[in-house]
Amino acid sequence: MTTTSIQLDRQGRLLHFLTTEGLSRRHLTEILDTAESLRGVAERRVKKLPTLHGKTVVNLFFEASTRTRTTFELAAKRLSADVLNLNIATSSAVKGESLLDTLRNIEAMQCDMFVVRHEQSGAAEFIARHVKPHIAVLNAGDGRHAHPTQAMLDVFTIRRHKPDFPSLRVAIVGDILHSRVARSLIHALSILGAGEIRVIAPCTLLPAQVESLGVQVFHLPEQGLRDVDVIVMLRLQRERMEGALLPSEQEFFQRYGLTEDRLALAKPDALVMHPGPINRGVEIDSRVADGARSVILEQVTNGIAVRMAIMSITLGNHARPDGEIA
Amino acid sequence: MHILIQGGRVIDPAHQFDAVTDVFVAVGRIAGLGQRPAGFKAERVIDASGHIVCPGLIDLCARLREPGLEHKATIASETRAAAAGGITTLVCPPDTDPVIDEPAVVELIRRRAKAAGHARVLTLGALTHRLRGERLAEMAALKEAGCVGVGDGGRPITNTRVLRRALEYAATFDLTVFLTPLDPELSHGLAHEGQVSTRLGLPGILAAAETGIIARDLELIRDIGVRVHFGRLSCARSVELVARAQAEGLPVSADAAIHHLHLTENDLLGFDSECHVRPPLRSQRDRDALRAGVSNGTLGALCSDHQPHESDAKCGPLGDTEPGISGLDTLLGLSLRLARDHGWPLMTLIERLSWGPARILGLPSGHLGVGAPADLCIFDPDASWRLAASHLRSRGQNSPFIGWELQGRVTHTLFDGELVYAYEA
Repeated sequence: MTTTSIQLDRQGRLLHFLTTEGLSRRHLTEILDTAESLRGVAERRVKKLPTLHGKTVVNLFFEASTRTRTTFELAAKRLSADVLNLNIATSSAVKGESLLDTLRNIEAMQCDMFVVRHEQSGAAEFIARHVKPHIAVLNAGDGRHAHPTQAMLDVFTIRRHKPDFPSLRVAIVGDILHSRVARSLIHALSILGAGEIRVIAPCTLLPAQVESLGVQVFHLPEQGLRDVDVIVMLRLQRERMEGALLPSEQEFFQRYGLTEDRLALAKPDALVMHPGPINRGVEIDSRVADGARSVILEQVTNGIAVRMAIMSITLGNHARPDGEIA
Repeated sequence: MHILIQGGRVIDPAHQFDAVTDVFVAVGRIAGLGQRPAGFKAERVIDASGHIVCPGLIDLCARLREPGLEHKATIASETRAAAAGGITTLVCPPDTDPVIDEPAVVELIRRRAKAAGHARVLTLGALTHRLRGERLAEMAALKEAGCVGVGDGGRPITNTRVLRRALEYAATFDLTVFLTPLDPELSHGLAHEGQVSTRLGLPGILAAAETGIIARDLELIRDIGVRVHFGRLSCARSVELVARAQAEGLPVSADAAIHHLHLTENDLLGFDSECHVRPPLRSQRDRDALRAGVSNGTLGALCSDHQPHESDAKCGPLGDTEPGISGLDTLLGLSLRLARDHGWPLMTLIERLSWGPARILGLPSGHLGVGAPADLCIFDPDASWRLAASHLRSRGQNSPFIGWELQGRVTHTLFDGELVYAYEA
């Protein structure tokens, strides 16, 4: 059974959200439209909906993260769910408890949703295969594989500014090799019919046969950024220097960093995006990160609405009497 | 014990023999073929009509987990599974705990195998002390203790100077060297580096991790004249390199694991930990080249690469699981399925499973000549059946082939002239 099929029920509805790969345009549009309708909640005096009242959401983070965990927590709370945060990286996993044991223990606490982040690709899927059928699993990042909620908030942000996907030219720049954000975003953009998806990186930061994902490959921003509508910069981890993937942060910034000069190659109204947290002066110049084209903070805001949408859709599908597991 | 195997189709690749005839077994040896030897009095008669009678299978790589990892399996449990799979000889690589780098470990394994009595267990000694790739192991003493060769035990030697000396020293004592080519610096990954690893976000192991090491080793061998066997090849290009070396007359042989002839990188989709193996499952092109290599003889043996695990070792996200497949139970059934689907002559297939590996090891067995050890496998070639977990006799239940249709069913296994397995429906 593939990852795509395990996240759907027999009627093809989302039970879990593990990857964007293999989903239909209908799935993604439902999420985007729901997020659009939920976006207003934050502007109300009482920032809450009763949708998940009485439900318990567990943030199961096997890998440290503040930002992503916080937005999931806020999303759950705005839907009136009870939230439990478990940072397993610092608790039982270290004591030798297996992932399955951890899972069984938390299951025993009568939870309804697991939001999972794990350093291993495929971890969220493993959990989805092993949890009790009433539990929904959301992937908050598994290894290099997928970060589908990030991809959805990215396309949500793009759609708010540039709704005509077939005419879109999107460039993703930086460490594609290690990026779950890039993989999920590429799939989401393809499904929504984006005109052209480009990846821009040195050969050392591109996975093998990356073209097979349906992208155009560029090695230099001077070529790849020309006339694009959206630029997505990826975070560069410091440890890449040790793996002999790059000589230095300075050289990376000089060749690939998004500066005002390079931004000028793109369309005049191009959006600048970044999944955060940003490394100023490594992959992006401060003037660009804080500039008029940057929608980086808007992405963060949108992340809450998008995650609310995904939570209510998946748990809603679980609640249906005919929501049998496929 | 005198045993008469009556009316089977006897296939003996060593003698290119293929005919319906009787086999006479007496005191652990093949006493006659077709003609009843003088004084032979059958104490037991096995009706083999409609069945194939062939040399017992010889498996070039089976980890029995003892000594060191007895929670996974034991010599007794795994040799019993081997017998049920028609395998009469198993070669145990030196990466046990303790490592097979001193005669005492060789002796321990021999004793345990003898006590179990289900199959012959041969050992490979370590090339280097503790398999660390630094100092030479006492290869002469290991040979004297009974090791049939020396090897890297799945931990390739990175230091080329040490490897060169190890090869020279092994050549001195006429030892065949068993190498597993996979560059440690290039093999931290979990999957073949290609489209599937890219899609799944799994760190990749590129083909050059294997072919680069083979190319290096072949250059070293050239001037040393040592016999080298490359185990568990996974790439098309590796088969080419070995074929070229053989054509040049270098004393080089190679094998493939049966799972590499059936599965590809695509079987990892869905993060199936049962398909987590080293070297990784590669592309369809690689798989086809391995099949061709086995068929044309560049790869002289097919092995199980048996690696039994407890269920916990395979239960987790792919990267947290241990590599390897429990393969003794399925070696023959998967091989026969391949022969059936690709029209390989049974003679060829049985050769790769018996006489081929026997020649690589320099054994007196693997054939049915009069006087040879009576290690025999009798199977029904027409039975096809669906593998269920309950069929696995190995302690390791880790198999991606559960649910697969296998061809052929072992009905009897004779080891050293004794009936060690008989199928009961």
